[in-house]
Amino acid sequence: MPVATVTPVNTDDTSLISKRAARARPLFDPPIVKRAIGDSFVKLNPRAMMKNPVMFVVEVGAVMTTILAARDLASGAALGGFTFQITLWLWFTVLFANFAEAMAEGRGKAQADTLRKTKTETTARKLINGKTETVAATMLRAGDVVLVEAGETIPGDGDVIEGIASVDESAITGESAPVIRESGGDRSAVTGGTKVLSDWIKVKITSNPGETFLDRMIALVEGAERQKTPNEIALNIMIAGLTLVFLLAVVTLQPFAAFSVHSSGSGTAPSVTVLISLLVCLIPTTIGGLLSAIGIAGMDRVMQHNVLAMSGKAVEAAGDVNTLLLDKTGTITLGNRQAVEFIPLNGVTEAEVADAAQLSSLADETPEGRSIVVLAKQRYNIRGREVAEHEAHFIPFTAQTRMSGVDIDGRQVRKGATDSVMEFVAEHGGAPCGELTEITDRISRSGGTPLVVADGGRALGVVHLKDVVKGGMRERFEQLRAMGIRTVMITGDNPLTASAIAAEAGVDDFLAQATPRDKMDLIKKEQAGGRLVAMTGDGTNDAPALAQADVGLAMNTGTMAAKEAGNMVDLDSNPTKLIEIVAIGKQLLMTRGALFTFSIANDVAKYFAILPAMFMVTYPEMGKLNIMGLHTPQSAVLAAVIFNALIIMALIPLALRGVKYRPMSAASLLRRNLLIYGVGGVIAPFPGIWLIDRLLGLLRLA
Amino acid sequence: MTTNGLFQIGLYLAVLLLLVKPLGAYMARVFQSERTFLHPVLRPIENLIYRICGIEEAAEQSWKRYAGGALVFSAVGMLLTYLLMRVQQWLPWNPQGLGNVAADLSWNTAASFTTNTNWQSYTPETTMSYLTEMAALATHNFFSAAMGMAVAIAVVRGFSRHSSKTLGNFWVDFTRSIVYILLPLSIVVALLLCSQGVIQNLHPYTKAATLEGAVQTLPQGPAASQEVIKLLGTNGGGFLNANSAHPYENPTPFTNFIQMLLIFVIPAGLTYTFGKMVKDTRQGWALLAAMTVLFLAGVFVVYSAEQGGNPILAKRGLQTQATATQPGGNMEGKEVRFGIANTALFTVITTDASCGAINNAHDSLTPLGGLVPLVNIELGEVVFGGVGSGLYGILLFAILAVFIAGLMVGRTPEYLGKKIEQKEVKMVMLSVLVMAFSILGFAAAGINLSTVGNSLTNHGPHGLSEVLYAYTSAVGNNGSAFAGLNANTMYLNVTLGLAMLFGRFLMLIPLLAAAGSLAAKKQVPVSAGTFPTHGPLFVALLVGVVVIVGALTFFPALSLGPVVEHFLMQQGRLWS
Repeated sequence: MPVATVTPVNTDDTSLISKRAARARPLFDPPIVKRAIGDSFVKLNPRAMMKNPVMFVVEVGAVMTTILAARDLASGAALGGFTFQITLWLWFTVLFANFAEAMAEGRGKAQADTLRKTKTETTARKLINGKTETVAATMLRAGDVVLVEAGETIPGDGDVIEGIASVDESAITGESAPVIRESGGDRSAVTGGTKVLSDWIKVKITSNPGETFLDRMIALVEGAERQKTPNEIALNIMIAGLTLVFLLAVVTLQPFAAFSVHSSGSGTAPSVTVLISLLVCLIPTTIGGLLSAIGIAGMDRVMQHNVLAMSGKAVEAAGDVNTLLLDKTGTITLGNRQAVEFIPLNGVTEAEVADAAQLSSLADETPEGRSIVVLAKQRYNIRGREVAEHEAHFIPFTAQTRMSGVDIDGRQVRKGATDSVMEFVAEHGGAPCGELTEITDRISRSGGTPLVVADGGRALGVVHLKDVVKGGMRERFEQLRAMGIRTVMITGDNPLTASAIAAEAGVDDFLAQATPRDKMDLIKKEQAGGRLVAMTGDGTNDAPALAQADVGLAMNTGTMAAKEAGNMVDLDSNPTKLIEIVAIGKQLLMTRGALFTFSIANDVAKYFAILPAMFMVTYPEMGKLNIMGLHTPQSAVLAAVIFNALIIMALIPLALRGVKYRPMSAASLLRRNLLIYGVGGVIAPFPGIWLIDRLLGLLRLA
Repeated sequence: MTTNGLFQIGLYLAVLLLLVKPLGAYMARVFQSERTFLHPVLRPIENLIYRICGIEEAAEQSWKRYAGGALVFSAVGMLLTYLLMRVQQWLPWNPQGLGNVAADLSWNTAASFTTNTNWQSYTPETTMSYLTEMAALATHNFFSAAMGMAVAIAVVRGFSRHSSKTLGNFWVDFTRSIVYILLPLSIVVALLLCSQGVIQNLHPYTKAATLEGAVQTLPQGPAASQEVIKLLGTNGGGFLNANSAHPYENPTPFTNFIQMLLIFVIPAGLTYTFGKMVKDTRQGWALLAAMTVLFLAGVFVVYSAEQGGNPILAKRGLQTQATATQPGGNMEGKEVRFGIANTALFTVITTDASCGAINNAHDSLTPLGGLVPLVNIELGEVVFGGVGSGLYGILLFAILAVFIAGLMVGRTPEYLGKKIEQKEVKMVMLSVLVMAFSILGFAAAGINLSTVGNSLTNHGPHGLSEVLYAYTSAVGNNGSAFAGLNANTMYLNVTLGLAMLFGRFLMLIPLLAAAGSLAAKKQVPVSAGTFPTHGPLFVALLVGVVVIVGALTFFPALSLGPVVEHFLMQQGRLWS
């Protein structure tokens, strides 16, 4: 399958995720930050907060301490007392979490604004009974036909039914080079909001207002339609459950404390402010505050790679992928196989083969066909003939016949896959020939593609096409193997050719002579074994497989049917990007896991800060638990609360960027991350809280 | 700690670990309908039971039907036990002429034995007739243990099966647990115990004259037959009040050794059964390794705390060092024939498992020595744990561990090829919540009530520990008592009964639901991208999750009980 644009792979980049994302937009873009600060306050609305159980608990706690602080103030306490400070930091905790979410959303919103500009007041020239009528683009319905001429904006998504034009799609793809759109074939789809640069086309509109690609894109990047992904829901249940457990632990501490105070006859039961502080410190606020930001940022990272994911679920599924189906052509190899040699059979001259091959390729616009014409011209000075002079009928290539050629002046010249052409030769009275098999096998073994050339019942010879594997593919497949992902190369080539290229590229398996149906069967077989499958595709006949695959990446140059069937669209139409998407999916899950583990691990230190502070008077012996040596009970509680709030702020960049992901086995990844986020999470708060306690002492705040 | 003591602990562990594979493999064969060497004798009995009860052996059940079977059986059993206690006075085998049991105590006891708790708010020798002991209590020792095994096997099938709507047949698993595992072992070991001096008769109590000339009443009864299943089924309800500290139940150091083995042998073996059933024995060994680490940690804390003794006594010039002629340490509440090492070992074993049999008074342990049993139960009794309940408990934590850390490998967490998703997380969290809610909720609600306060013999941190221990023991279906709390009051009987039922069934149902959902899933094949759940890293992670979840939930309450008591003891502060 020919692919319009091929982006070369950056070979010296060891990371699976290219640096492109980092270049796209700075993490803390001042206008986005400004808007996010405003949004942090808007998000305090309890109805919005309720969706996030952990932060909602913090907000309720903050409201309660606010009331207590106000009561203290009213009864003449000085501003800046303990309750007042706790209240302040609880509100900060909520605001920091809101800020993280707003930052993640802000990046999408900024992008949506740019997109929306292209959607402005487009008018359309609707064709009614052969006459045009100017209507607003928003009035168009599916089935309407519009005429678009040079300089006009295409008013909606549709298929070109007549004409050919160059189209500027930079509004959607960011790619400034114009692309050709024409009726019929795989390049007929046009997107609303793109601009016709030359010529004219008639477009049959395929979507209703509000459902266009552009609308969907805006909704997606803005997060308006954002639904929680399955893993996010599971994690949410887990942290909500833990929040309840901690709520129980803290609420029941009150009667236990009352019993102890009564028994020992000294001290008082801990105040509501202190209990709320303990609760807020224990519940997983770090992950609770950053969870939605992580999800949005993950989608955003996909977006920065110029891929449009229709749902967060698809991005998550990408991280789970076990099997990657990659088309050979354009993905693993450069796509344009070059003719390098004409090999005649016994009794045929090389020039004769070259002539027949060129003849059969005159109407063949594929890079292979063109390379045959060029080679024949270079070697034998055979020039392209004006076929119009002759009675010529061209037979185009199809996936079923797997050959192409021409019927000219009573000759039936064909070139194509060995078995197809030999079948053709046999039908025309020719006999199979051992010499031919020998030649084709030799070419296949060398990784080349043999094209057999025949004239009616007579096989003439073979064209040797060479496939060039892209640089850096072998390394990438090795990385994927380390991640536990199997790559399967899909090709229409015969098994011999396929295995040679598979070996050269370093894929794990290949599917040769694949028809769309074979591809579908392979996907189903893999899925039946419990594996998740990712694939790319662009043609209409790929659509069922794209829909069946767990991750279906459709090329933007592809047909509307393919784009509808897949759950992601690559605006750059670069199939190797599937590998990057897998890495982004993994990174998304890892970031959640890392921050969750960190959040829970942090609690250990907070107990050592707050518990001795609570019972200092009742049981002075509990001071032994104050291993950080925090100087006063108030300062200890305050330091824990402040640390808890600041850690959210400190981890925002990590949540937005994602934790570093290097392809390695799950076992070594786990060891590494457990050490950093698990063990690190237990240790980090001790010096942190101690430092804040010292600072509070220095500033005489507690 | 003495060399002799450490050697005995090592010997115990070695013998236990040697038994894991043979017993585990045998149990795997039993539950997978494969032939065992006992089939010629037992298969006819099994078939007879099916015929009498109308059980269709091949009929598979969904998780709901499976759980339904367990619930219905428990409800009927609990009701019959209750009724029997209420009318025992008019029934035979009651040579002492003991009266009918009070309503609240009958409720508590019925709940207790149905849930494998065997909490005893009563003194058996002055409360229960021989008939009640045999027909209601000893039978429940078998039933509740068999139920635990059946549920554990069903949960394992959740992992071993794929794309399946069913988890097996409750009645079949239940019957096989009794016929092939519990009964044969009980019969053999009961005879062994009799040979060591454990009593087995239906005689009236003996009046004996002591050396001082006083008259002492010595209780009698069918103890040996109940003794084995008390331990083997991790039930723990003693035939006599002093439980395994009484020479009629546990006469010699050898029987003590046997008793400790009986408690752990099935839970330990089940880890191998699990590995066999999921077709990867490494998975079972990993669970066993995690359990062993936690077990040894507990043993060494208790042993060193008890051998360390009470510094307040040491300050008064009392000998607390071990010498050739005396054990040193803290001997209060311990039997001389067992010594400190075997007492520490028994204490940890009985609370790691949901057994609750005791060979010493837990109330008399040092604060840290008492902290460990409390923590063991609060961790969910997953260190070997109860028969069956230990396995499904540790699987719950394995799911939790995989979910927490599994995300860090960049995949949807999966355990044994099963994706851990919304439904499983919900059910697992529900179990964790029920546990925390029941223990902390009941303890906090009761602690400041005068009815509970009047039952307490201690105040301050130790009093708090006593109340906390009672509800912890009930919810954990352990049944051991910290003592020092007179539990036979209306309020305590009713609430402890509820706590036991919550702890058993509200834990078991969500787990079966999770198993049902897991069984329906496809099996994801293992690849380099799969989180490996065998090997030391997973063992460490699992231990960490068990400890951290338990510690985070219960540390505040514990800090006001045994933890502060320890600091108080170190500083020489005493409480009345």
